[in-house]
Amino acid sequence: MSASTNTAGPSQGRRNLGDLLFAAAAGGLGWFVLLLLSAIVVSLLVGGLPSFRAFGLHFLWSTDWNPVTQRFGAGVSIFGTLVTSALALLLAVPIAFGIAFFLTEIAPEWMRRPVGIAIELLAAIPSIIYGMWGFFVIVPIMGQMVMPWLSDTFANVPLLSTLFGGAPFGTGILTAALILAVMVIPFIAATMRDVFATVPAVYKESAYGVGCTTWEVMRSIVIPYTHISVMGGIMLGLGRALGETMAVTFVIGNANRIASSLFDPGNTIASLVALEFPESPAGSLKLSSLLALGFILFVISFIVLAVSRLLLRPRPV
Amino acid sequence: MRVATIAAAVVLAGVATAAQAQQITGAGSTFAAPIYAKWAEAAQGATGVKLNYQAIGSGAGINQINNRTVDFGASDMPVPADQLAQHKLMQFPTVIGGVVMIINVPGVKSDEMKLTGPVLADIYLGKITKWNDPAIAALNPGLKLPALAIAPVHRADGSGTTFVFTDYLGMQSPEWKSKVGSSTSVSWPVGSGAKGSDGVAGTVKQVRGGIGYDESAYAAENHLTTTLLKNKAGKFVAPAMQTYEAAAANADWSKVKNFAIDLNDQPGAESWPIESATFVLLPTDPKDAAQSGRVMRFFNWGFEHGSDIAKQLLYIPLPDSVHQAIRGAWKADVPGAPK
Repeated sequence: MSASTNTAGPSQGRRNLGDLLFAAAAGGLGWFVLLLLSAIVVSLLVGGLPSFRAFGLHFLWSTDWNPVTQRFGAGVSIFGTLVTSALALLLAVPIAFGIAFFLTEIAPEWMRRPVGIAIELLAAIPSIIYGMWGFFVIVPIMGQMVMPWLSDTFANVPLLSTLFGGAPFGTGILTAALILAVMVIPFIAATMRDVFATVPAVYKESAYGVGCTTWEVMRSIVIPYTHISVMGGIMLGLGRALGETMAVTFVIGNANRIASSLFDPGNTIASLVALEFPESPAGSLKLSSLLALGFILFVISFIVLAVSRLLLRPRPV
Repeated sequence: MRVATIAAAVVLAGVATAAQAQQITGAGSTFAAPIYAKWAEAAQGATGVKLNYQAIGSGAGINQINNRTVDFGASDMPVPADQLAQHKLMQFPTVIGGVVMIINVPGVKSDEMKLTGPVLADIYLGKITKWNDPAIAALNPGLKLPALAIAPVHRADGSGTTFVFTDYLGMQSPEWKSKVGSSTSVSWPVGSGAKGSDGVAGTVKQVRGGIGYDESAYAAENHLTTTLLKNKAGKFVAPAMQTYEAAAANADWSKVKNFAIDLNDQPGAESWPIESATFVLLPTDPKDAAQSGRVMRFFNWGFEHGSDIAKQLLYIPLPDSVHQAIRGAWKADVPGAPK
């Protein structure tokens, strides 16, 4: 009995001390992440300051990027980033919706798991693989088949003839958007599948009970119930598309001009930074402009992520 | 178990110090990386120097040597004299490389198409847009040129090769000089960019009507379709070791400071018009003179015994007179130079 009190006392004390230490360590790690994040933002901002100071707000929409005359602007790369990401979503959302719809409503039970896992695997493929696949497989197909066909088909349609005009070299905004679409489909499809699965069975069963078709259940029950979370999933995909670097660099054509046609080459913030960084001397205006671009991309991604968090937050049922 | 671990740690530490004792570190030029790697492999036995070279790009290499985080920096673009003085650096060339034009025009084989500097400038300015343009047809009366759009391809990443090429275009076309200029990356009026030598080669190969520029060594290794170019003497020459060497031999090295010679458009009937030396940067105030001494010993070995290796990799060795001048400059400027 005395032995038991002897051992209980100190061990109780040790556990308290251990708890304290663990809580402090865990808390410290949490704060460390926040600290790290703000340090990154601050260092990007500080690094970019000379550039903001030299070009002012004009930096945001200036289309210059001329290392010879030392005139830099973010206009072309912001334009390219937003256009490729928007186009990618335009292509990806319907397909992702179809996949999620199929997986939750139509597919037989034995198929759901393998197809679901395949989609998650697609999301795990490194982006450089998508880049090489795009460059060696998709670019020739686009250049020799898709692009000539598009420009021939829409040659006499007023607006579309401009959008699908120009020499079909295979690379360009459209090809980049296509690769991005393939890359974000798994993210959006997986999120949609998960939120579709949260719809209480009783709602759907009631709808089926009054004679609804599968599509009517989807349109009138599942989508209204989940539409905010679906938007959140789409924003998550957008977040990935905005920051994608290697895959885009391979296929976008990397030219600092505002594209008038979808076949024209363009540039994105992430790929411009990746390409120009190694040849930027320390302390140069070019390096500062690249850091400023990084800051701008950070702000854009932050806004997108914040919106997606807001939309994906758990809602009271 | 524990004894074994300690023993392993001791052995590892021993290996590490033994390796570090003679290791020199360098960073920069990707263009020169293959030859430095081969030289290092061959020289290790003779010089006892082990090279740790990181091909991170010329600009980054200059940054690293400015901060003295490496023993030497390597750049494809000569560093201006005022910056050499500011950062207390000495600069010397190591080998020379040519830049060649590669094309993808159906029916045209390697070294069949004749091009000139002004025509190249007009292509990259967007003034010549078809392969059957009268300006190209006039140079190539024997060739059947298709009415195909020209797709100019350039390096998208900052690159010494781009500097050499745009410098050449500036010499050949006043309009290029005033509108675009020359640098490791420029604001290209037309065309699309690709990453790295392999990216340019791959894009030209895939795009019908493509034209691009690449390092001679890379083009030869991959059997790319090259073109003839007109040199200063008015002759059309093919890209080959002989014409690269002719240009290097005809250059007047005695007049330039810091070896910062521009080898583009050299005189001589045999000279290839686009080529450049690649440079190494050494501190004139090294923290450790012995390390600098090893760097110089290594490159001296390359100068004395590495010419054949260089030629195998399609780099052009420097003329012997330049090797002598470099040894002189080492003795004058860098502490720890070999006697």
